[in-house]
Amino acid sequence: MNNFAYQQVGKAKDATAILREDKQAAFIAGGTTLLDLMKTNIEQHSQLVDINLLPFKGIEQTSDGLRIGALERMSDVGENRLVLEQYPAISESLLLAASPQLRNMASIGGNLLQRTRCGYFRDVAFPCNKREPGSGCPAQKGDNRNLAILGVSDSCIANSNPGDLAVALVALDAVLTLENAKGKQRRVPLTNFYLLPGNTPHKETVLEPGELIVAVTVPTAAHARRSMYLKVRERTSYAYALASAAVGLDVQGGQIRSARVALGGVGAQPWRSLEAEKILTGAPATEATFRAAAAAALQGAQPREHNGYKVELAKNTLVRALFDLTAKV
Amino acid sequence: MNEPNFFESPGAGGSVGQPLDRVDGHDKVTGKARYSAEFPLPGLTYGVLRTSEIAKGKITSIDTTAATKEPGVIAVLTHLNLPKLAQTPNTPEGKKAIGAPMGFLPLTSDEIHYAGQPVALIVADTFERATHAASLVRVQYQAAQPIASFLDAKAEIFDPLKVQDGKTPGHTRRGDPQAALAASAVKLKATYNHAINHHNPMEPGATTAHWEAADRLTVYESTQGVTRTQTALSQMLGLPREQVRVVTKYIGGGFGCKGSCWPHTPLTVQAAKAVGRPVKLVLTRPQMFTSMGHREDQTQTLTLGATKEGKLTALIHEKTSTTSPWDNYAEPNSRIINLLYECPNFEAKYELARANVMTSTFTRAPGEAPGSFAIECLMDDLAYQLGIDPIQLRLLNYAEKDPSTGKPWSSKSLKQCYARGAELFGWSKRNPKNGLTRDGRHLVGLGMATASYPVHNSQGTARVRLYADGHAVVQSGATDLGTGTYTVMTQVAADSLGLPVDKIRFELGDTRLPTAPNSGGSVAAGTVSSSIYMAAQDVWQKLTKLAIQDKRSPLFRAKPEDVINEKGRLVLRKDKAKGEDFAVLMKRIELTDIEGTGNGKYGAGYESGMAASPADSGHKDDTAGHSMHSFGAHFCEVRVDPELGTVRVSRWVSVHAAGRILNAKTARSQIIGGSIFGIGNALMEATHRDDTFARYTNATLADYHIPVNADIPEMTVEFIEEHDPYINAMGVKGIGEISMVGVAAAVANAVFHATGKRVRDLPITPDKILSAGVAS
Ligand SMILES: Cc1cc2nc3c(=O)[nH]c(=O)nc-3n(C[C@H](O)[C@H](O)[C@H](O)COP(=O)(O)OP(=O)(O)OC[C@H]3O[C@@H](n4cnc5c(N)ncnc54)[C@H](O)[C@@H]3O)c2cc1C
Ligand code: SF4
Repeated sequence: MNNFAYQQVGKAKDATAILREDKQAAFIAGGTTLLDLMKTNIEQHSQLVDINLLPFKGIEQTSDGLRIGALERMSDVGENRLVLEQYPAISESLLLAASPQLRNMASIGGNLLQRTRCGYFRDVAFPCNKREPGSGCPAQKGDNRNLAILGVSDSCIANSNPGDLAVALVALDAVLTLENAKGKQRRVPLTNFYLLPGNTPHKETVLEPGELIVAVTVPTAAHARRSMYLKVRERTSYAYALASAAVGLDVQGGQIRSARVALGGVGAQPWRSLEAEKILTGAPATEATFRAAAAAALQGAQPREHNGYKVELAKNTLVRALFDLTAKV
Repeated sequence: MNEPNFFESPGAGGSVGQPLDRVDGHDKVTGKARYSAEFPLPGLTYGVLRTSEIAKGKITSIDTTAATKEPGVIAVLTHLNLPKLAQTPNTPEGKKAIGAPMGFLPLTSDEIHYAGQPVALIVADTFERATHAASLVRVQYQAAQPIASFLDAKAEIFDPLKVQDGKTPGHTRRGDPQAALAASAVKLKATYNHAINHHNPMEPGATTAHWEAADRLTVYESTQGVTRTQTALSQMLGLPREQVRVVTKYIGGGFGCKGSCWPHTPLTVQAAKAVGRPVKLVLTRPQMFTSMGHREDQTQTLTLGATKEGKLTALIHEKTSTTSPWDNYAEPNSRIINLLYECPNFEAKYELARANVMTSTFTRAPGEAPGSFAIECLMDDLAYQLGIDPIQLRLLNYAEKDPSTGKPWSSKSLKQCYARGAELFGWSKRNPKNGLTRDGRHLVGLGMATASYPVHNSQGTARVRLYADGHAVVQSGATDLGTGTYTVMTQVAADSLGLPVDKIRFELGDTRLPTAPNSGGSVAAGTVSSSIYMAAQDVWQKLTKLAIQDKRSPLFRAKPEDVINEKGRLVLRKDKAKGEDFAVLMKRIELTDIEGTGNGKYGAGYESGMAASPADSGHKDDTAGHSMHSFGAHFCEVRVDPELGTVRVSRWVSVHAAGRILNAKTARSQIIGGSIFGIGNALMEATHRDDTFARYTNATLADYHIPVNADIPEMTVEFIEEHDPYINAMGVKGIGEISMVGVAAAVANAVFHATGKRVRDLPITPDKILSAGVAS
């Protein structure tokens, strides 16, 4: 870890201004992952701008849906009554993540910007295209058991954001509110926020340098109210997903009227599957439909030597989630 | 019996065995207990290691300019400027004299042999400054292609003749196993693969080195054995033993990785010498993966021959594993396979391959843990193949004598363990067919396995000082890994002296105290408790002598052999009303205190009373003409999700017989802890070493998974009462390691029962369940 300056700011403008001036500066919210990245020298920042005093708080109903401030803590959002009632998948994705201690510190904005757990990325002694563009990707032929199979490239096969929340949010059409150094706000659907690795795995999101995440808004919908998040992992708690599924269904009289599907743990980015949704929509809520949807979702899978099991695992996870959701009336 | 023995002590049984709360509990939770990195010495500085990025090659240059210029940096030490040691383990003689676990000490040359090898030690006035400066050291290497493991195509497999640094023969043979196998009606052969495991105690390795004078050193060290560390350091430094003091008051777990003196310890000592101030060095969690050994990656093939009734006729075991460039270490898996069941023909062989890794080392139940996995899984296969209940099959092959030596057991209560375990677990309700028990989406499986662990050859000493005011100070240079040594020894001392436990102060963890063995190989409880008991007997003998010489004593002129001690009183054996309290005697003769010393020995309870050689991890269980082992049985229920590949343990029963149990509560905790350790080994623990870079890819506790609370069900633990007069004066066998022996097999056998698929690669992670085709 290098030496760095630290300051706390009260206004978004002040925060973004510092980052505009100093390209090596970074925002810090809960610090639960940023500090780890700094201690291991994966990221080296000249200064940290503490944004915890910014007014990016609140969980409230708006005309666009539920608006969650970027500085709300994972635990508060996960246990929020509105979230529990209207977006169970979001609540579950949060409460199944990390540990209670981390969830009490970690913010929603920080969660959406966490970085891959790829072991090569996490240790500066290894080459890694994501960390050092052009240095190579040892994971392609190496320890790739936990890495992605969808949207991957020959440059990078990491799950760029390995977290859970983003999976639920991309499924439920969440939209981010961002604010840049000029004080200008823009709205970006989360599905457009994350970038696939291609030849530039170091470019992970469309966030501009110095841009802040202000809030995330999730539209109200029948398929959001009936949604769930299923997470498969090696141990019962405190582990990232090997595979996960966020699903939302609006079923009426046995027919699926609308469906939302996203997968975690298997995509280079939180993986919304329009292919699966297409098959589900208008179809009867049966095992055959679910299996067909799962097959469609994994159609483009490109497994490597050690992560081939994820094709079957992701399919089974999705089918199970759909089953469990339809069983829950 | 020519040695006194706790079984014959009339005072016995007051406190020993009771579930006494930890005597050090209060100090631990209030922070008063000082761990080795918590001694606030004047002028203390902080050492941080910079480790190698590459796994093989040479350092071509080290630029320390930037690091040295950083504020607060006191020294940047490399192989070029670290003070030289009198002796290094880099030669076979040096290694032997030092008793070092690894035949190589970093910072003694420019050679790089493994990733994570220290290349510089930075000393600064704060930990943060030292850490930062470490990142500023510029190291240039000439890298070479490393060998990652025995599976590497470039690796040369060789026959080491001996493993474990020569302690264990690489070949063992009884009878004619090949011929017996050829003639067997039933033959089974299977290969088992084991991931690398790391000990990962909560407290990392930590050394605080303080040169009190140019030739006098005190080291606060997180070690399982202060004496072994003292030996190593005094040899390396060329100093008399008395000038090297090692202190270890509390340890946050070790599991074997703190059983030896690893490189960071002498390096910190030399750094302190270089800067002329005390230096504290605490390994980081990632450094823990490349600093204190590991359980090696290994594959074992076990071949079994049996009659069609299920009686074993032959066992052939082969193991291949990775070792370091210098040492022939392999945990001795075949030891348990050789003796667990009656089998007239046996053969075992070890093969090794050198790779660019540090030397592996004992990890909780070294040898017994992976060895039991092979034999207990294959026995399970045999049971299914022959349609015999797994427990019945084990009883059919029950070894009434130790098959490996032909000697009688000092005690063996395994049948009772099976019976009680089966009863507690409800084994009889199990469907004998596999793959047929369901609970909703889950396949439910019940499995069991046998556990066994030797009572290792060991001896130790203790001192007791009894005061006339009714309290005692009891000392032995043992260590408490966090397992409860402080507590159980307090209980033993209390009963041996006839005092209440709160009148005992037990001190340990200092080379100034009487020598005790390493807390390792499950020897501490038996050896240290026996030493204390013997020291108390010494006190009683001295007091008896004083009483019978004192005209005012009711015991005046009694024969010493007629006087016994009972609950703090000296009395006549035949007329217990006649006698007096030790305090009355001592006050009358104006004796404020009296000291006794004792030597607790392996096998000392036995008639021959033979003394044993000093503790090591070698297996010399025949000193007393008996084979000495603990035995037990684990029972496991799992729930397997066939589509998602997850395996969760839903019920657990362990029943053990390990001689005298000193404290019901700490003993239960040990068994629970060992079982959880084994469940981790069975289901999730694996360190991945990259094939190309020979470097770990998950050296953090976020990515190296150990069980969390939610993975562990309520656990049922019981002990079979066992009276073993042969092992040592206290009749204690030790339970630290047996608790994990057989655990992985019990889990794997339960998975087999649940799914009908046999997974032989540990850990049994979801990918393996899915590729075993469980769902189909
Ligand atoms: C051991 C461990 C296990 C974990 N397991 C899981 C898990 O199972 N599932 C899961 O989902 N997550 C998991 N996490 C990740 C955890 O959820 C994240 O660390 C956390 O959400 C990050 O939030 P934070 O506020 O602490 O972010 P910080 O560490 O403060 O910041 C992270 C990044 O986001 C940037 N940032 C933060 N807020 C903003 C903002 N408003 N605008 C712009 N940039 C911003 C920072 O500059 C930094 O780059 C785990 C983490 C750890 C350490
Ligand atoms: S998969 Fe991506 S993150 Fe991992 S080593 Fe390759 S480039 Fe780096």
